Amino acid sequence: MTDEVLISATSLGMIRGARKLFAGINLKVHRGELLVLRGANGSGKTTLLRILAGLTTPMVGNVELRSTHHWIGHLNGLKPFETVESHLRLWGRTWGGDSARAFSEFDLESHGSVSVGLLSAGQKRQLALARLLLVHRDIWLLDEPFASLDTKARRALSMLIENHREKGGCVVIAMHEKIDFQPTLEVTL
Amino acid sequence: MKPAPFKSAVRQALNEAWSKGGGLVLPLAFFFGVGMLVPFGVGMGSEVLTQVSSGVVWIALVVSSFVTLERLYQADLDDGVLDLRIQEAQPLAEYALAKTLAHWLVSGLPIALVSPLLGIMLQMPEEILPLASLCYGLGSLGFFSWGGFGAALSASVRRGGLLIALIILPLYVPTLLFGVLTLATFGTDQMIVNFTFLLATTIFALAICPFATSFALRMTAD
Repeated sequence: MTDEVLISATSLGMIRGARKLFAGINLKVHRGELLVLRGANGSGKTTLLRILAGLTTPMVGNVELRSTHHWIGHLNGLKPFETVESHLRLWGRTWGGDSARAFSEFDLESHGSVSVGLLSAGQKRQLALARLLLVHRDIWLLDEPFASLDTKARRALSMLIENHREKGGCVVIAMHEKIDFQPTLEVTL
Repeated sequence: MKPAPFKSAVRQALNEAWSKGGGLVLPLAFFFGVGMLVPFGVGMGSEVLTQVSSGVVWIALVVSSFVTLERLYQADLDDGVLDLRIQEAQPLAEYALAKTLAHWLVSGLPIALVSPLLGIMLQMPEEILPLASLCYGLGSLGFFSWGGFGAALSASVRRGGLLIALIILPLYVPTLLFGVLTLATFGTDQMIVNFTFLLATTIFALAICPFATSFALRMTAD
């Protein structure tokens, strides 16, 4: 594990409507680290994550991502006409990755030809998370990734996150539940 | 495997267009619906009908280009695909271009291909039908480019269909103007000039709209 910084954010501040969400947030995430963003509903976890992803422009401060990143937002990014297989194939083709591993890591192999519209909330989440395995990207930005997952899938995801960190990647998770592994950093909004 | 973002975006957009109510059926039906009403208003077999026929087809084309615009980017915003596309390494304008081309292939091109049929029904002079079809094809490419921009601007507005129409109608004017003039000056020296301008307005729209659309999409997602 090197000391290389993958995410660096300085004095981030954000106002939504007439309300201050957060101010003066400084972050440095190194290789192998796990950052958990905590806070009550509406405290700005998702907004901060979107700022890190470059989707939202912060009111003040700036963000630098020094490598490529994966994004799993609270919306799954699935189209109702897709099947499990065609979804992974589409993004595999887009990014130049291989969909075989993505299939096996979660319980998706037996659902290959099932249309997305027929999947349960947990299965949709798993399918979205399977995109993480299509190509290797150093930074993972995950918004409530454990939402609606069953015990088995939660364990699979925890394993994936640990593996990713061991390989020198870093993970940022926005969530309000407890997790069963130790984050390196925790920011409470 | 080599990354192929443009091809995969076109494919996804084509699949999406097909999956929604048969894709090309609705705009086509609208195109004929609008065109067929005119003889009832103007009278069958009249000289007037022949004179206005090419213009009527243009208007039918304009109206039917609105049919599928509303959900073009709204669906992407609702299911989170827009967030994913914005974060891609390649320019977002490329994605906008892919969407426009797919949208045109499914809705615009079929209309241009069957437009001679409507032309015959409206007693358009037979000799201009092939040129007219070409003009409608080019014109619709321009219309759909501007339409994509309008759809991106109003993606976060519920029931924004009419808003899109208001935004983009003025932007249709140059293409419409030279399209009508090309057919009106058929067989004269002026035709080539007008056709060149029609081509120019289409290329202009095709060149500028993907960038304008990508800015609008970023604003929408922010």
